This record gives sequence, C-alpha cells and structure tokens, in this order.
Amino acid sequence: MRLELAGVTKRFGSLVANDHVDLTVEPGQVHCLLGENGAGKSTLMNVLFGMLRPDEGDVLLDGEVFRPADPGEAVRRGIGMVHQHFMLVPVFSVAENVVLGFEPTHRLGVLDRRRARAEIRKLSTEFGLEVDPDATVESLPVGVQQRVEILKALHRDAQVLILDEPTAVLTPQEIDALFAIVRSLAASGRSVLFITHKLKEVLAVADQITVMRLGKVVGTTTPRESDENALASMMVGRAVELVVHKEPARPGPAVLRVRNLTVADERGALAVHGVDLEVHAGEIVALAGVQGNGQTEIVEALTGLRSVVSGSIELDGVDVTGSSPHEMLRAGIGHVPEDRQRDGLVLPMSIEDNLVLDIYERQPFARFGSRDLGAVHANALEKLQAFDIRATSVEVPVKTLSGGNQQKVVVARELSRGVKLLVASQPTRGLDVGSIEYVHRRVVEERDKGVAVLIVSSELDEVLALGDRVAVMFRGKIVGIADPSVDRETIGLMMAGSGPRADEPIGVAAGAGAPRAGQPER
Amino acid sequence: MSMTGVVAPDGLVVATAERVVPGGRVRGMGVFLVLLAIVAVLGFVSSVSSRAHATFLLSAPPAVSVSPLTMSVRWTAGALAMLCAALGVLLVLRREQRGAYLIFGVGFATFLWAFLVWAARGAQLNFVQMLVTTLISTTPLVFGSLSGVMCERSGVINIAIEGQFLAGAFLGAMIGSVTGDLWLGMLAGAVAGGLFGWLLAFLALRYAVDQIIVGVVIVAFCTGLTNFLTEQVLTPDQTTLNSPQTFAPIAIPLLDKIPILGPVLFDENVFVYLAAILLVVVNFGLFRTRWGLRVRAVGEHPRAAETVGIHVLSVRYRNVVLGGVIAGIGGASFTIGSVGEFSSEMTAGLGYVALAAMIFGRWKPFGALGASLLFGFSVSLQSFLAVLNVGIPSPFLAMAPYVITIAVVSGLVGRVRPPAADGAPYSRE
Repeated sequence: MRLELAGVTKRFGSLVANDHVDLTVEPGQVHCLLGENGAGKSTLMNVLFGMLRPDEGDVLLDGEVFRPADPGEAVRRGIGMVHQHFMLVPVFSVAENVVLGFEPTHRLGVLDRRRARAEIRKLSTEFGLEVDPDATVESLPVGVQQRVEILKALHRDAQVLILDEPTAVLTPQEIDALFAIVRSLAASGRSVLFITHKLKEVLAVADQITVMRLGKVVGTTTPRESDENALASMMVGRAVELVVHKEPARPGPAVLRVRNLTVADERGALAVHGVDLEVHAGEIVALAGVQGNGQTEIVEALTGLRSVVSGSIELDGVDVTGSSPHEMLRAGIGHVPEDRQRDGLVLPMSIEDNLVLDIYERQPFARFGSRDLGAVHANALEKLQAFDIRATSVEVPVKTLSGGNQQKVVVARELSRGVKLLVASQPTRGLDVGSIEYVHRRVVEERDKGVAVLIVSSELDEVLALGDRVAVMFRGKIVGIADPSVDRETIGLMMAGSGPRADEPIGVAAGAGAPRAGQPER
Repeated sequence: MSMTGVVAPDGLVVATAERVVPGGRVRGMGVFLVLLAIVAVLGFVSSVSSRAHATFLLSAPPAVSVSPLTMSVRWTAGALAMLCAALGVLLVLRREQRGAYLIFGVGFATFLWAFLVWAARGAQLNFVQMLVTTLISTTPLVFGSLSGVMCERSGVINIAIEGQFLAGAFLGAMIGSVTGDLWLGMLAGAVAGGLFGWLLAFLALRYAVDQIIVGVVIVAFCTGLTNFLTEQVLTPDQTTLNSPQTFAPIAIPLLDKIPILGPVLFDENVFVYLAAILLVVVNFGLFRTRWGLRVRAVGEHPRAAETVGIHVLSVRYRNVVLGGVIAGIGGASFTIGSVGEFSSEMTAGLGYVALAAMIFGRWKPFGALGASLLFGFSVSLQSFLAVLNVGIPSPFLAMAPYVITIAVVSGLVGRVRPPAADGAPYSRE
C-alpha cells in the first residue's frame, strides 16, 4: 500500500509541530524518517495512527484520502504501528496480546484460543518471528517483545508498518535481526516507515530517507547519496562533531573499589552477582550492556539508593558500604541518574532550587536554618552561564526546559560539589545531538581534572566513544572488560552473554592500573 | 591488548535467577500452624475433663435427618491438634510454594474444628445451621466483591460499594413494600446501585475526578440520604413503605436431599442462587471471553487497548455501571433477602469488607469468594459462640470476624498485584 502525506500540518497553540510535511512511502520500500527529539516525528506518527487530527493537509492511502478517527480505524485500514514503548499488556500471554481487539471467537464471544495460537504460529514461520504463543509477555526479553509487537501488526494484516525508534532497547545482534525482519517485510510488498534518530541505522536499512527538523521536512536523500556527517548536519542544521575528542587517559590511583558486590532487585531476585570493579582517578569506565542486566542496581547501590546484599564499596580507601544517599554524596559521589525527570529533578520546582537540591541547607545557601535566596539566585545565574543552560529565567519551573537543558541542570548541580567520582547513567538518553556533544565534552573535562568517571549506557556508540575501559554486563555479572578500540561485534557478543573465561587474558586500556579479570563463575 | 578468544561460544555465561528469600512465607505459615496446635493442646485438651463430650447436630429440621455426631472433647481436640501440628511441620520442612495454601487451609480448619469441639463441650452445636448462617452472611459480600472486580478489572476503583449497598437496600425495601412485588424490589435495588455506579463513572471518567474521593463522597451521600429518608418518609408510614415480604427459600428437588450439604446449599433464597450464578458468569466472562480480555486489557494497559481500537472509556463506563447494578442487587439482599425492612446504616461497613475481600482474593471472583466465606464463617461462629456462652465477653466476640479475616488473610495472601492501571484516569494525550 502506498502511503502519502501531503502538506500535513499540526499545531499545538503557537507551536507548529508539523509544518506542511510531505512524504511518500512506496510499497516494498523501507523509508526512514530521521530527526531529533522534538523534530515532530511523534506528532506525525500520531496523526497517521488516528491519535491526532491534522489541522491542514491530507494523508493518502493508495491515493485515497484517509482521516482516521481513532487508532481502531487506522488499524482496520491496514496501518500497523510498532511503538517505542511497547503497547503490550505485560501480564497477558503472547497470543492474548496479538489477538487483542481482533479476537477469533466461538459463539457468544468465547475466545478461540486454539485458533489464536495457530494464527500466530503461521505468521511466525512466514516471517521468521520465533516466539512461544503461550509465554507471558513480561517474562520475555525486550527483543522478543518487539517481535510480538510486529506480529500484532501483521495479524491485523497491516500493509503499512510504522516502527518508532525500534532499536532503542535492543542489542546489536537484535538490531541486525530486526533489520532482517524489516527487509523481509518490505520484500513481501509492505511499506515500512522507520522512525529514528540514529544515523548508522538509517544508512543500514533505508531505501529512502526523509530528514525532519523543527517540524519541517528539511531534505530527502538515499543512503547511497549520503553519509553520517551529511545526515547529522541536515538533522541538526549545522555541522556537528560526531566523535568525542579526548587525549589518552592518565589514570591515577583507584578511587572506586567495588568488591564482590551482590545486590537484589525489588522482588528479591539477585540483580547483581558478585561484581568486582575499579575506577581510577582520571579515567572513564563505561559500563555497557543491554538494559536490565543489573546496571541500574549497581548504580543504585553505589549511590546508596539500594541496600547491598553482600560485598563492599570503597571510595578513596574508605569503606562506604551501606551508607545513605546523603552520606554517599558527602563522600564525593556525583550522580546523574538514568531517569532525570523522576530521580534527578523536582520538575515543578524552579531551576535555581533544583541547582541546590543537595546543598540547600549548607553555607552559603542557608544561614542559621534559614535559606539565603540571594545566594541561591546568584548561584543559578552563574551555573546558567557556565553550563550553557538555555532558559528564559532561573525562576521558571525546570519542567518547562527541553530535555537537553534539564540534563544540563542535573550535570551542573552534580559537578558543583567537587566530586571524586562521577556516576552518570544514560547521560545522553533522549537528548539532541547538540546537547549530547556538550555532555560528552563535559564528562571528558571532568576526567582530565582527575575525577573518576563511571558511565552507564546502553548506546554502544556512546560507550565506545567515551570509555577508556569498557566493562560489559550480562545478567548481573561483568562478563569482560575491554579496550574501546575493540570491534563492535565483539562487544555486541559480550552484551549477549558470550564472554571470556576467567583464565583468559583481557584487553586493558593502557596504564589503567591492575584491573580485575572477568568474573569467575560462582 | 587483544580480545581474541573472547567470542568462544562455550564462554556463554548463563546466570540463574537466584532468590534471596526462598519460601520464608511458607515457613512462617508452618510455624503459625504449630503454634495453633500448642494453643489447642493447652486450651482445648489439658483444660478439659476426660469425660466431657460435644455433640454436633448435622441436620436442620425439614431436611433428611442425619444422626448427631458426639465426640469426646479430649480425644478429638487432641487428635486434631496433632494433625494441625503435623501439617505445620510439613510446611516448615517442605518450604515449597506449591500446595502450601491448601495445606495451611486444612491445618487451620483442624484448629477451628478443635476449637468448636471445645466450645460445644457438654452442649449441642447445630453445625448445619452454622453453615447456613455462613452462607447468608457471605452472600452480600459476594455481590459487593463482584462489583469491585467488575470495576477494578477495567481500571476504576469502586470504593462506593457501601453506598451502593445502602441505596439498593433502601429502594429495594421501599419498592418491594409499596408494590408488594419482590422482583420489582430487586429491580429497584439494581437500578439504585446502577445509578450511583453511573455517577461514579461520570465524575471519574468524564471529569477525571479522583476515584477514591468520588467513592467516599458517594458513600457519605448515600448514608445521609437513606438516614434522612428513613426518618422522614419510611418511619411515619412503616407498614406501607417499609414492610416488604422477603424471598422465600426455594428448595431444589433432589439436590436438597443430600445430607448436610443439601439444606445448606440447595434450600436458599433467590439471592444466594443469583450470587452463585453471577460468580460463575463473571469469572467465565473475565477469563474466557473477548469481553473479558478487553476489560482486563483496559485495566492493565489502557493505551495498548486504545491502539488496537478498543474504546477505553466506554469499556470502563459499562463496567462501572454494571458493577453498580451488582452492588445494588447485593444491597437489596439485606432487606428483601433477609430482614424484611430497611433500617439506618444496616449494611454496617460490609461494603468495605467486600472491597477488602476482593483485594484479598487478588481481584479474582473465586478468590473473593474464599475471603468472603472466611468472613461469613467468622460471623456465624461469633453468633453461635455467643449462644454457647463460652466465657468470652461479647464485644470481643463481635470483633472476631474482622480480626480473624485480617489475621488469616494478611498471613496468607502476601503481596498482591492490582490491575496496573487501577485508579488511574485515562486520556489520549
């Protein structure tokens, strides 16, 4: 089915989210829509899927005007969507999720489970989407959950498939598998609209590329006519630095020493099993791995947010195991949390208050138990300058800032205490290229000042660009520590659980002290 | 510096999900049973003379007579205590989750039996009558908790069950009395409940008012309104307005002849049968039909439901109104099902008990039935103990149903998991 957007415009108040967008996806084609966060990709998608109505312009399916009133109608007309945040009911089985809304039934609306299973098996084999129809969705790895989402669209006989940032949660191997699936979908005559902000993926999978910026289409191209730098500058609107410039690390003594750390998750299952890790002054250790392999729990343990089952954490030779978050911060840990909106900021509070959240009760921000608002204000103005935070005033609620500026507020606060160890989780998630550049540069600067830095990221590019050493986690263990010059394939395999055995030598960044070997099996 | 050898396929690390707390709850349940057994030995065995006997009557008058069961208190209670202790030890040693609840249930039942034998020493206890009372006390709770299941499975918290009970009880009594037609009374109860269900849905869904607050307001409103109307309207003209008949028991041929169970289960009024039918229908509907799949999807992940073309708000509207109807019928059972007149605040907080039963039953109809039966049995036990005069002060006896329910259920149920979107308003943006 041919999908065509002709002059689609959508406004929210004075904001024009989509400004006369034209785009055509031909049957059998993979069309990539490239753009930064806030470029208007999601709005466009919601228009296509009947969640929003365009103010102007038309969506055409095979030349026919199509104005879906709700997602149900879009689905009936053959549009299938694979959402970034999966639209799956976690407690339902795969089969229940796939048939939901289009259930095969006996008389009186009684579900025909046997037919549901059979239909899923048929689609599975046809498109190579291996999955057990009776498995509960929440028990499946994200890569498989995504297959369920694709199956769901195919089960409704979708002719146009829209994939929204589909690779955000996948390992490199899963990404390759997804690309194969995407190509087989196109080969079967379906149209695929692939929405992303990752340049490598666009070049790998697209037939056609449309780039959006600030609600407008700024260019169309093909992988053959373009490269990463050209795409990046089109997407951002100026020339961008895609590589992080840094000198080789000059590591000093170990600042963080983690010994045999074991941490449990909310349900009491072990999320981190006996991890040993050292981070030296003046080096960046990047903790790589697919999300949900214990990285979150390690960071929470390091920052005192989660109690430790066994093992020890030493900071500058002092045992800080079991300290409260307050004590950890005082001991010299700076923490840029994974979810900045939930854990890093108090969204309704002003920028200036958010900048002193951890030191509001100390000199010079408070005297005799009463706050010195003048000092708080002055501090904020200074930080705004120093960290290039774009805001109309320091008194506006922090929630009114863009993601990139919010993150700068967090970074500014955490670095203002003079930390010994900086722990940053997914420091650039959801940020635009410009902010990513800034955050990366800042992290490297801290390293060069002699701060020990631990970066947790599920973006392989970021891990390889920033890390002086790369530790890969899989199922709660560090399966290996590698030099960032190693090829992506190898690290990808380690992220999928294939690691060196304990007796084998491990690649080490030059002069990084005496790092621990990969974890022996316990 | 090299990474060669890293990709050896046999280097695959597969960690098993170890649990930090294995079976702590099961062990706790076992220890609890052993403690109960010790209480039984000290309280019901050693304190009683060896010649004391207890008699359980096993038939109610019209049914087939079953000869009474006479037991030596000492021997019976002693044997039951041993059994209880043995089951407790079994739980401690097994430490396995599977089947643990069943074992605990049987163990707890042996303790209760030992207690009853002791309480009835030197006297007679009509066991069948006790079960009948249990069932009567359970019935409104089943309606109430099914109402809760209907609403909460679709993602709306119905804390207004108590109010819907009162409205149903009031209107059921009044219409039943005025028209002389009990079926009309039941219908009126259903309408009253449905109306307040609709009000909850309207405020919570259309205007996204906090569901708890709307619920509490509805209860307060219903309490005040029925109190006022009772005083101003019903009391002055009690004979016309507040003297409905009650539904007579209907014996089901043949089945009611089954010893012991027959008179308990198959000689009841229409409310009991209706509750049983609804229980099966709601359970089947929720877990076997398209309707149920959609309702549960809306309660768990409304946005996912919306993206496959399910109208979230309509599903919720329909379910909350239906839930209100069910609670309204349950309310009518208080008046035209048993007492035969409305009195102020006669539901005595049972709407909340029903809500609790639903939560303890993990948002499942039969789970809720289990919790409701436990409460109903405790009510029945308390009233029989009051008659037997066992030497426990009556205020404490009146507390017993609540205490037993809380103790057993909090020990047994553990952490429950409500529908993920329960109580959260939904909008497209």
